[in-house]
Amino acid sequence: MVKRIVSVAICVAVLLFIYAPILLLVVYSFTDSNVIGKWDGFSFALYADLFRDAEIMQILFNTVWLALVAALLSTALGTAGAVGIFYSKRKFAKPLQAASQIPVINAEIVTAISLALLFSALFLYRTYFSLIVGHMVLCTPFVVLSVMPKLKQMDPNTYEAALDLGASPSQVLFKVVVPQIFSGILSGFMLSITLSLDDYIVTAFTKPPMFDTISTYVYNAVKNGTNNSTPALRALSALIFIVMIAVLLVINLRARKPAQKEAAK
Amino acid sequence: MVRVHFNRRQLCIPYGLFLALFVVIPMLLILFYAFTEEVDGILTFTFSNFLNFFTSTAKLSTLLMSFTVAIISTAICLAIAYPVAYILARSKLRRRNVLLMLFILPMWINFVLRITALRELLDLVGLLGTQNYLNTIIGMVYDFLPFMILPLYTTLEKLDESYLEAAADLGANPFTVFTKVTFPLSMPGVISGITMVFMPSMTNYVVSDTLSNFNITILGKLIDQYFTTYDNWHMGSMISIILLVIIFLTMLATGGFKDDGREARGANLW
Repeated sequence: MVKRIVSVAICVAVLLFIYAPILLLVVYSFTDSNVIGKWDGFSFALYADLFRDAEIMQILFNTVWLALVAALLSTALGTAGAVGIFYSKRKFAKPLQAASQIPVINAEIVTAISLALLFSALFLYRTYFSLIVGHMVLCTPFVVLSVMPKLKQMDPNTYEAALDLGASPSQVLFKVVVPQIFSGILSGFMLSITLSLDDYIVTAFTKPPMFDTISTYVYNAVKNGTNNSTPALRALSALIFIVMIAVLLVINLRARKPAQKEAAK
Repeated sequence: MVRVHFNRRQLCIPYGLFLALFVVIPMLLILFYAFTEEVDGILTFTFSNFLNFFTSTAKLSTLLMSFTVAIISTAICLAIAYPVAYILARSKLRRRNVLLMLFILPMWINFVLRITALRELLDLVGLLGTQNYLNTIIGMVYDFLPFMILPLYTTLEKLDESYLEAAADLGANPFTVFTKVTFPLSMPGVISGITMVFMPSMTNYVVSDTLSNFNITILGKLIDQYFTTYDNWHMGSMISIILLVIIFLTMLATGGFKDDGREARGANLW
């Protein structure tokens, strides 16, 4: 009994630590006050300000399209890469996999400055090109890591069977291989989206000067001491927290059931 | 048939080129920059960046401070995450996966926003602006805790209950069972967690900047400063090389190379 109480107490304490800042921001996003800690009555004023703020809306839009473009390109490149590596001879596959691990293990600041060095040598420093490539460097290795286990689970005979039955290699790829590894592709895509949305350091070193994502905008707001003077940002954070938590809970509560069935087999 | 095999393998060519151009060559450029300097517009080979780092008290103390902050943050993370992961993994709850989800959910929410939220909380309780080191450590723990909980949970959940029963049957008390059986068997998770937390704690300067009002310079920040403030890319590259050596040594010491990092990043939940 004591053990149970201690267990529950530990879990509750840690959850409080994790969610206290988020809760604080969400609560104070519903009052029209300049500082957190001062309650000026319930109001949606900050949300109204938020949606009228053209600059913040532009930044939200930037962040989302960057994540989508980077994730789509990373998923295509990474899926093809994983398939290619899977069917390649060991002596080709090994170095590719090792190189693919570099951005995963590396400190993000080192990845960021390495790209800065490359793109300034190519006269492409701080362009949309360097920005998208930067995000792809972060995301693509995770797509490869997501797809690879699915390729290994695949029955190798289905590939040969499809060929014997007259399918062309590209037909086999799209009608036999891709459907079987699709869950890996999808999880690689979702992971890419979250990695891109979460990134600050690589974005800061590769973005065009006038381009901002939520991460760089908020960091610069804190740096310039304007964080407190833009309460609309509080509403933006609160909104992102609420939406992300809701989406993640729904996805996981729904996805959990078939996954458990699969695990039970 | 030969053509078919050739075709499948060709698919790795774009990714191979991508890796060569945007991963391998940039890393070589860091090495090149670290051992060169610009004199009158001409690049010359030099060890001066290397020597400068190890003779500069300011840089060495930054390294030492950053190392200490990272070790303390990692230790606190482990101390908090282990009991949580243990309780979750041992619990008989049918929906413990949902509970786990609550602990690691912040992993997918933009960390700059979460750290800014934490800044507001620290401001409210009066720590902001007064306790820079404490705030930085709280921030690192706050940001990286899920990355410690997840690998620990994964290994502890797989742990075979019968080992623990056997140890107890053979006369071990609960404490001995933990220190001699449970903990050693959970080492892969501990190591994976440490590698996921230690290195970002030395380099993620968004956390230290935001929570110390730009008063604390961790190693990652020093690299950033040499690129953005001092405009000395050669020194910045040298510090990166030193950081890479530290990462390499920690991985060698902990044997963390086997882990691909994907699982710890929570990919399996998507």
